[in-house]
Order: sequence, then C-alpha cells, then structure tokens
Amino acid sequence: MITEIAPTAEPVVTRPARPGKRRRAWDEVPRWQIYLPLGIYLLFTLVPFYWILLFAVRPAGSTSLLPWPATSEHFQKVWTERSFGTYFTNSVYVGVATLVLTTVVALAGGYALARFDFRLKRGFMLALLCSQFVPGALLLVPLFQIFANLRMINSLGSVVVAETVFQLPLSMILISGFIRNVPYSLEEAAWVDGCNRLTAFRIVVLPMLRPGLVAVGSFAFVHAWNHFLFALMFLSDQSKQTIPVGLNTLMSSDSVDLGALAAGGIIAAVPVVIVFAFIQKWLITGFSAGAVKG
Amino acid sequence: MAQAAAVANPPAPPRRRRTSATPRRLPYLLIAPAALLMLGFIAYPVLSVFYYSLQNYNPTKPWRNGFAGLGNFTQAFAHDPQFWDTLTFSAKWVVVEVGLQLLFGLALALIVNQTFVGRALGRALVFSPWAVSGVLTSAIWVLLYNSQTGITRYLADAGIGSYGTSWLSDTSTVFPAAVVADLWRGVPFFAILILADLQSVSKDLYEAAEVDGASRLKQFLHITLPHLKDAIVLSTLLRAVWEFNNVDLLYTLTGGGPAGETTTLPLYIANTSVDAHNFGYASALTTVAFVILLFCSVVYLRLSKFGGEAK
Repeated sequence: MITEIAPTAEPVVTRPARPGKRRRAWDEVPRWQIYLPLGIYLLFTLVPFYWILLFAVRPAGSTSLLPWPATSEHFQKVWTERSFGTYFTNSVYVGVATLVLTTVVALAGGYALARFDFRLKRGFMLALLCSQFVPGALLLVPLFQIFANLRMINSLGSVVVAETVFQLPLSMILISGFIRNVPYSLEEAAWVDGCNRLTAFRIVVLPMLRPGLVAVGSFAFVHAWNHFLFALMFLSDQSKQTIPVGLNTLMSSDSVDLGALAAGGIIAAVPVVIVFAFIQKWLITGFSAGAVKG
Repeated sequence: MAQAAAVANPPAPPRRRRTSATPRRLPYLLIAPAALLMLGFIAYPVLSVFYYSLQNYNPTKPWRNGFAGLGNFTQAFAHDPQFWDTLTFSAKWVVVEVGLQLLFGLALALIVNQTFVGRALGRALVFSPWAVSGVLTSAIWVLLYNSQTGITRYLADAGIGSYGTSWLSDTSTVFPAAVVADLWRGVPFFAILILADLQSVSKDLYEAAEVDGASRLKQFLHITLPHLKDAIVLSTLLRAVWEFNNVDLLYTLTGGGPAGETTTLPLYIANTSVDAHNFGYASALTTVAFVILLFCSVVYLRLSKFGGEAK
C-alpha cells in the first residue's frame, strides 16, 4: 500500500513550485475536488460501522458516543445465551462446504468449457447465462419439496447444495476464463514428457490458477456465509441455524436487545472482513478480465 | 463434430491415448456434476413452477386441488390489487436503487481512479460495505434508525427530523430510509466494476484530448463515458435483476411493512407460498415475474444496443 502511494505523493507536495505543465494531464484535478466528496462519502460509509461497534462494546444503558470503557458482556451473552456459538459453527460448515463443492465442480466444468469443443457446449453456455436470471427466492417452494423428498430438510446439506447450485454458473464461467489464460502448449508439453491429462493439469495448470481459484472460492464462501433465505426455509431446528437467521431472530423479537444485535452483527462481519481484505486487490484489477468482459 | 471433440489434441502417441482413454466422453464427464446439479435444482424447479401455475394447489385445502387453466393468471391480473401494488413497488424500488447506485458508484469510481495521497486506504474503506450481507445491513440500520438511541436522535438534536420518529415504521419515511440502507451496501458494487473498467482506458486518449484543448467535462463525455458504456449496461442489468429478486434486506428491515408499504413482488410471492400455502397461485405469480424480467432484459439490451457499436 505504502509503496503505491509514495511516487505519486511527490508532485502534490511540490505543486506550488512547479507549473502545471510538467504534471500529467489526467492528474490535474484540484485536490479539494477529490478529498471533499470522498470525505463526505466516507462519513456515510463509516458512521454505520462505527455505530454497530459502539453498541457492541458499550455497557447496556450507556449513551456514551465513545467506545470505551469497552465491555464484552454483549458478546458473551450473544455467543452463549443466543446460541451464536452454534450458529457460527453451522455457518462455517455451510461456508466451507459450499466453497469446496463449488470450486471442485466448477473447476471440472470450467476445464471442459475452456479446453474442448463438444456438441452440447453452446447450449450449456446458454443455460449458464440464463440461470443468472433465475431467482433462488422464487424457487423456494419447489426446492423445499425436492429436499423434503430427499429427506434433507433440516440438514445443513440442503443449504450447501442450494447455495452451490446458484454459485456454480458464474464460478464456472470465471474459471473457464482463467483456464483459457493458461497457454495450452504448456499442457501439451507435459503430455509429450509422459504425463497423462490429469497429472499435466495438476502440475502445470493448477498452480497457475491459484489466484483465480482463491477469488472464486472466496466469493462462494462469502455468499454462503451471508445468504439468509435458504437457511431460514430449509432448517427448522434452532441448533441447525446459521448466523444470518440468528441475526434476524434477534431483530424480529418484540423488544430488540440492541447490544446483543450489535455484537451478533460484529460476529457475522468478522470472517467476511478477513476474506474481503484478502481478495480486495484481485477484485479491482481482475474484474475487467473476468466478470464484465465475459 | 464428434470427431472434433478433442480438437486441440495434437497427433497423440499411443501411450497418451490410453491414459486419456475417452477423449470424446471426457468433456461430458467433466460437466456432468455441474449439469446434473443445475438440472435437478434449477431446471426441474423452474418447470415445476410452470406446471403448478396452471394448477390449484394448496396442501391445506386438498379438496380444491386440480387443473386451473389460466385461472391463477386471471386472478392475478383482474382481481388482485395486491399483485399490482407489489409489482409497482418492485419497479419503483429497482429503478430508484439501480439509478442512484449507478450515479454514486460512477462518481466514486471517478474519484478513486485519480492519483492522490491515501488512495489505497480510501479505496479499501469506500468498498468495504460491498461484502456485508443484507441481514447485517438491516441490523446496522435498525441500530441507526432506532428512535431512542439511534443516529436519528442526534440528527434531531441538530434540527433534522423530529424526536421519537421511528423512520422504519412511518409510511412517509420508510421508503427513503430503506433506499438509503440498501444504497449503503449497493454503491460499492458499481464503484468496483466501473473502476475496473476505467483502468483500461488508454491514457493517450486523454493526452490527445488535452492537446486539443478539450475540457475535463468534454473528456468525460467523449472518452470516458463511451468506453464505460458496455460495462454500465451489463452491470445495471445484472443489478436490476438482483435488486428485483433479492428479498434479504427488505424482509429483515421492514418485513414488507408498515401496512404492506414496502412489499415487493418476490416478498408477496414468498408470503403467498410460505404463509398462505397457496402454491398454485404463488407459482403463477412467479411465472409472471420470470416473464417480466426476461422481457425487460431483452428490451433493455436492445435499446442500449449492447456491444453493438465500436468504442
């Protein structure tokens, strides 16, 4: 981060000494036109985060606007009394299982789309695109019936399968794009050296896919971690529920315990923030290659 | 075509042919898991929705079940004011949300695309609500809008609004309140996508425009905007579909209330099927929603001449 800022910092500091001519054309925006709107928008972005942090750590009944003296009472309460400990475990299970299943299935399908020309390919690609218009929320009833027939209602497996299915199309399109970026000649060279297709894939292609797989996997995890409706509909036991459902329960009770709600919200946010910090750089530079341009 | 299956295969030595024994079937084996999952859990449910839309189907009233023809559809269009209300609200919600998200997202992307001190940190902070879930967004804004301890109290101290107003339970304030909450996490989506595309504009174009004496506004209108067009069309479309379908935020923030004021069509469908068990009718409404989405998407892509013009 620091290294990125350093070279560009210089012209700003020395600005009065230098006439505009030496600076680059696209760099000629007055500073206040950047910092003023950015500052106002950051206020809008950060005050809500500050607010939830404030409610999570200040003692019940306090109206202080500063987050200290901090207390962990809300966290302890929500973790044990409100079962967020259980929800957390369930959410981690759903998130990780969705990540693994989505990545493996999408990797196989993405490889086929990138490396072979087969009869059903166009139809399959079309189906992938069309599925983007199918709203999971509107398929709740038939999905519920299917999982009931499979005796998967009230098991975390139903949520994992449902999340995976709706993650697959985009993941597969993205991964096939990443695989196309790996030169086919590298794989061919490995075959000539006596590798079979699987070994060549493992040794040559897989290492080069790592950044892309991290991104796709992170998306799948975050999506499954955040998503609410499938867990709400398919899991009836309280011991099976996930964090978003727990948050909703906290919100929909008659007298909302704001401290507990805030602490629960922080617990819900932590893994997502970690993942986000992890993939943020890829997000900005990589989207133009993958998601937008197809 | 079948012979072309492994089209990119070089003339293979016999040994390798044995190891990848079935080059013709291999691609099908590879897409089979994905295809089966999507057939079973997307295609089949969609078909069953179409089927049930023509049926009276309510598990709690089995004596009335049976073929309904177009009865569910005439019921919706002719006799159900709630259908029209929720459809209108959905349209309003999508247009306002997507429009404002695009406007603010574009402005933010242009700002953080400049070179300035603290840019990396600024970007990270601006984009941070992107990954926050709908339910967590609701939780945060419930805390903010709370009439006793929320930010609204402090706004009232400063002379904005009045004390004791609960913004989410007042019919006159609930719409802007919900819009702002959804903007909070929706704007970064556009900002990220547009920023990614901004980075691929050739700097030479701006330098040339500068030499020709074009103002910054002109540069924006004639270089930046045409370059961004395809990305904007595609992201607004995806976002519109997403905003139409997504029920997490409104379900948890307002529950569709007060007095049904913020019930979208998908929320109404969920209530019809889950609470009222009227699966046949809910399926018909779902079918209508599909058709509307598909129709609007096609019209939008046609009108915007997506991908048609040279940049």
